[in-house]
Amino acid sequence: MSSLYEKIGGEGAVNAAVDIFYRKVLKDDRIKQFFDGVDMDKQASKQKAFLTMAFGGPHNYTGEDMRKGHAHLVKQGLNDSHFDAVMENLGATLMELNVPGDLIAQAAAIAESTRKDVLGK
Amino acid sequence: MPSIIYGGQSYQCKEHESVLDCMTAHDVTIPSSCRAGLCQTCLMQAVTGKVPEVAQIGLKPTLAAQNYFLACACYPEEDIEVKLPSPGVGKYSAIVVDINPLNADIVCLELSVGTKLKYKAGQFINLHKDTVTARSYSLASVPEIDEHLHLHIRRLPDGQVSPWVHQALKVGDSVDISDANGNCFYIADDPDQSLLLIGTGSGLAPLYGIIRDALVQGHRGAIKLYHGSKTAESLYMSDELRSLAARYPNFAYTPCVSGHSVPHGFASGRAHDVAIRENQDLAGWRVFLCGHPEMVATGKRLAFFAGASMRDIYSDPFVSMAKV
Repeated sequence: MSSLYEKIGGEGAVNAAVDIFYRKVLKDDRIKQFFDGVDMDKQASKQKAFLTMAFGGPHNYTGEDMRKGHAHLVKQGLNDSHFDAVMENLGATLMELNVPGDLIAQAAAIAESTRKDVLGK
Repeated sequence: MPSIIYGGQSYQCKEHESVLDCMTAHDVTIPSSCRAGLCQTCLMQAVTGKVPEVAQIGLKPTLAAQNYFLACACYPEEDIEVKLPSPGVGKYSAIVVDINPLNADIVCLELSVGTKLKYKAGQFINLHKDTVTARSYSLASVPEIDEHLHLHIRRLPDGQVSPWVHQALKVGDSVDISDANGNCFYIADDPDQSLLLIGTGSGLAPLYGIIRDALVQGHRGAIKLYHGSKTAESLYMSDELRSLAARYPNFAYTPCVSGHSVPHGFASGRAHDVAIRENQDLAGWRVFLCGHPEMVATGKRLAFFAGASMRDIYSDPFVSMAKV
């Protein structure tokens, strides 16, 4: 039985998804302000790490990392609506890459599991 | 058990232990974050010894070509010597061969290096004015074409190094320079890929090197250069670039003027705006951005939105440093 990460397509899938996902996020009027003045190369690496995790791939992010990493954004007003927007962009990215619906649901569930930590709740 | 040499010390690396884990176990701090080979915070460079391929996954090809690797993903199979990526560790002595004005504010400083300096066109070196003051300048020269190193140096009134180059430095003087660094250069991994190069002011220097490097290596894809400035007079090397375009059908040169007075033969507008306007689909392209930090930041975003992959967008590595 292969893992979600293998089924989605491993690192190749992450590489294919990262540009599409990051482009959607930067163009999204609901959340793009959080990325103003951010180093695009570093941010793309972070997006890649996030996608790897959502795809069930190898990562060592802890809930505490998620809290620390987003605390400054929570201060700027990051809330559930913004998290929802990111979830939507994630789903749309995977659909664009023709990932089967059940795998998208699994990836979305992993991403969703970080909500409380990301929003500092 | 392979050993890792770092900072003059030798460390024994255990089985299944990464370079990062080994350093941490010995109380040596290496910057790190995700520890999963993704975030690239723990980037290091191998000085000697072979780095396993898996330690270079995700790195830009230019970095991999210089033996950079991720310490958290590197499980050495042989003895290696490693260092943190710091620009200009080694110093070379160079002789000033020529100081040639390119326009009212920019000179081309030509340097002859006794010891052969290994570099790629578009990388930068640090030019030392004295033991404490140095500034980074990009290399416009191509090792296969040019005998000397060429730097385009714009005079900044409050600068530390550039007024010295413009006013005090003389042909025959000896100066110290560093190793060449930076990952903004041409790689011949896809000779049919289209290249877009956008530069402002003396940001032309690395681009001029990269273009001629690509051409001399037989690049077949389109190579489009957009060089911008406020006035036509402050653009430079136009004649050389026009004749290069006449010689190579795949190379196109578009000088851009953002000010009001735009003479015939120049595009009107800022270089990155003109470039994106004329090339709206950049999917599969490689993009190089050099010059004004704001232009580089905006141009990077525009190129990404136009379809270029983040992995294919290269910029002057020291844009954030004031070029004074």
